Amino acid sequence: MTKKDEGIAFNLISRQKLGGLGPDEKLKFILKEVKNGKILVLEQGLTPVEQANLIEHTMKEIEQDTFIGVEMEGYSEDRPTFLQKLFGLTNRPRLTLIGPANLLKMIKKDNDMIQTKIIPGSGAK
Amino acid sequence: MGLLGKISLSSILQRIFGKKHAKIGIYGPPNVGKTTLANRILRDWTGDIMGSVSEIPHETRRAKWKKDVKVDNGNSSLTMDIVDTPGISTKVDFKDFMNTWGLSRDEAKRRAKEATEGVIESIKWLEGIDGVLLVMDSTQDPFTQVNVTILGNLEARNLPVLIAANKIDMDESSPATLKSAFPQHPVVPISALTGYNSDTLYSSMVKHFSKKRKKNRR
Repeated sequence: MTKKDEGIAFNLISRQKLGGLGPDEKLKFILKEVKNGKILVLEQGLTPVEQANLIEHTMKEIEQDTFIGVEMEGYSEDRPTFLQKLFGLTNRPRLTLIGPANLLKMIKKDNDMIQTKIIPGSGAK
Repeated sequence: MGLLGKISLSSILQRIFGKKHAKIGIYGPPNVGKTTLANRILRDWTGDIMGSVSEIPHETRRAKWKKDVKVDNGNSSLTMDIVDTPGISTKVDFKDFMNTWGLSRDEAKRRAKEATEGVIESIKWLEGIDGVLLVMDSTQDPFTQVNVTILGNLEARNLPVLIAANKIDMDESSPATLKSAFPQHPVVPISALTGYNSDTLYSSMVKHFSKKRKKNRR
């Protein structure tokens, strides 16, 4: 079935799915899906270090005529409370949206809402 | 080994008197004025410049650095190795260079390829620095993923960060928006282009980057 027939895939990825993958596997999974034109909503987003690794991997994967990179938007981790810091606990990353940059466009982001736009037909393979 | 055996004399002195030397990275998305700011700092303190600037994004595609830049705030000083890094971005589209900036196809593709390598280099530099001057464009939305990612990485590593809210010479600038977006970090409104408020920035750099921080690198 072609993309035209099936529309744009918009997949919610559970935290169990990503949590069951190693750091490299996680990034490879996300990039593979995004390069295939899918938009992913991660129930539990990536840590800042993972985000930086994803950007680094994305730059290595850019193919100028077919894949120009990713659009990634999410909220940073809540700041740990005093007690969490005391016991060395950190908060988990929050919901994150990732998609191909030529398909998913960020319109506006503030503390309350991330507004994006999907430009149909421009990017998904 | 006892506690004292693990602590060197220099680290004790540093803890008491603060740092005297630090490697500071100038970070941010493309086109926020990182190299303009690096040039401003170097011109003011060494008489030199760091590199060329351009309206076309990704003008700086390789990290450049200048060693031993001594910045003085009147009461104390800090000697810094200043690293001007390529802009970090999650996407690079060569067509933008053609359609928006009129570059030829070959030139645009070459620039895009070098830009992707520059982003990788910038991220790798995060491992070796002592603090970051994060440059943001005060005329733009501050909540970009790049800003959030850079700040998150610095916080995870417990590295000091000073936000330079650049381009306040422009009418539409709003440094207050930056301050409210990132209240946990010091924000200094500046114009790297005109030099406005650069004295406050230098004073803040000496004060902020001299502090001894416990590193928590991941």
